[in-house]
Amino acid sequence: MAQRGDILEKTAQELVQVAALPTRYASQQLMEFLETLGEAVYLLIHSFRCMFSRSHVWVDAVTQMGILGVNSLALVMITVAFSGMVLSLYSSQLLVKWGVGSFVGGGLALSIVREIAPVLTAVVVAARAGSAISSEIGTMKVTEQIDALRSLSIDPVEFLVTPRVIASVAVFPMLTVFANWTGMLGGYLVAVLQGVAGGAFKESVQRMLMGYDISMGLVKAAIFGLVVALVCCQQGLRTHGGATGVGRSTTNAVVISIVAIYILNFFLAYIMFGRSMG
Amino acid sequence: MPTSHTRNVIEVEGLTYTVDGRTILADLAIAVSKAEIVGVVGASGSGKSTLIKCLAALTSADAGSILINGRQIVGMPERKLKEVRSEVGFVFQYSALFDSMTVFENIALAPMRRLSYTRTQAMELVREKLQLVQLDGVQDYYPGQLSGGMAKRVGLARALALEPAILFYDEPTSGLDPPTARSIDELIVDMRRQLGVTSVVVSHDVPALARIADRIALLDGGKIAVMAPPQEFVRSDHPVVRQFVSADNFGIADAEKHSTDGT
Repeated sequence: MAQRGDILEKTAQELVQVAALPTRYASQQLMEFLETLGEAVYLLIHSFRCMFSRSHVWVDAVTQMGILGVNSLALVMITVAFSGMVLSLYSSQLLVKWGVGSFVGGGLALSIVREIAPVLTAVVVAARAGSAISSEIGTMKVTEQIDALRSLSIDPVEFLVTPRVIASVAVFPMLTVFANWTGMLGGYLVAVLQGVAGGAFKESVQRMLMGYDISMGLVKAAIFGLVVALVCCQQGLRTHGGATGVGRSTTNAVVISIVAIYILNFFLAYIMFGRSMG
Repeated sequence: MPTSHTRNVIEVEGLTYTVDGRTILADLAIAVSKAEIVGVVGASGSGKSTLIKCLAALTSADAGSILINGRQIVGMPERKLKEVRSEVGFVFQYSALFDSMTVFENIALAPMRRLSYTRTQAMELVREKLQLVQLDGVQDYYPGQLSGGMAKRVGLARALALEPAILFYDEPTSGLDPPTARSIDELIVDMRRQLGVTSVVVSHDVPALARIADRIALLDGGKIAVMAPPQEFVRSDHPVVRQFVSADNFGIADAEKHSTDGT
């Protein structure tokens, strides 16, 4: 009997432990999230200070702009062009069928300029350049190159983070401008093939697309650029554990960046375009 | 080897460092005089690298006192630590050269960024530092194109770029063949002779340290368990020192035995 009681007690203890696992996991995740957020905010503040302390930060930023922009441009243009084409295909078929084909251009332009171009640009650059940022800084961390910078009295944030933050904030909107053009061009070609008159398409774009939409799309892109740079640098700087650690931090950087882009996108869309939607 | 040590440039008292609840350094004390070469030995994971990283202000100690040239660095704000770091140089175990930069850029980085050297001034400085470490014609090479010994020399040249008063070497000869390792050891002595720098050298190689160091310290249990001039150190009856010394003797004895067997 006593043995049976022991088994029951042990099983009950294990059940309690198992039941506590989700809570423990959730609290661990929350702590990690708060840590990441705290470090990203620290990097933001520190980077901002560094922007005005030393001129070579801007020289480094120009180099980074070249790396970020040139390497991502073709990918961004192809991705957004084909997304614009698919959107145009569906909307042209539907709107032409309903007899309102003249709205295709405007609807497509608004979708691309407000959403598709800034969001897809951010996602593509996060995957392409963000992962490169994170793995480069992560490798520097595990091979003691970050310590080497500090031993030479060089602030790693000033040297590595600030130029990348400036470059991302500047390059994301630039890439978005190209994305806007290629997305609309792709959409236009498909719309014309689907029977929408070219003139009606252009006229609809001119009527529905405002300067406010374009500028807010670019502001969104700049904010995404800031978030991607901060997240990727932060994940790189907290890398530990050799090659596995670099892989882990690179994956985390891309995943966190993309999730952050989509969550932020909702709030930004609500703030920027919420009223005009209502 | 100089024996007249006028004043301590490094003074450590009660140094404690813990990580994930594990105590690495516990109430450690050590003092190093100007232009002295001190070797630090200890088992793997005993905290040798952590110790010199604490002394070089690269890792924050949990408690205790570290005086570098009379300045307390424990609890010092980061802004002021930068000034201290410019007075010390660090040679990393795997060189830690910036792989996206050439040898010139690696060495010139700190002078150009911290001391606003022009490119011409930096080129002169790099040439001078490379000469000091007996390397030439490698300015345009990338770290990936250098041999292990060359990378260590470039690492030393980079550490010398800000003309530090103290140099920390983290296993400077690990992974090198014996002749190259010996040439690096000679460089350490040269740096003291030519520049008067104080050196703290972390190594597993007791015979090499016995050749170059004024004193050798054994780090064991988070403390400096033995610290003495090389001749005294190798005679210490501390069990870990005995292990290190007998391991080296075994190598010699083993070789002699083979040679005797062969004849």
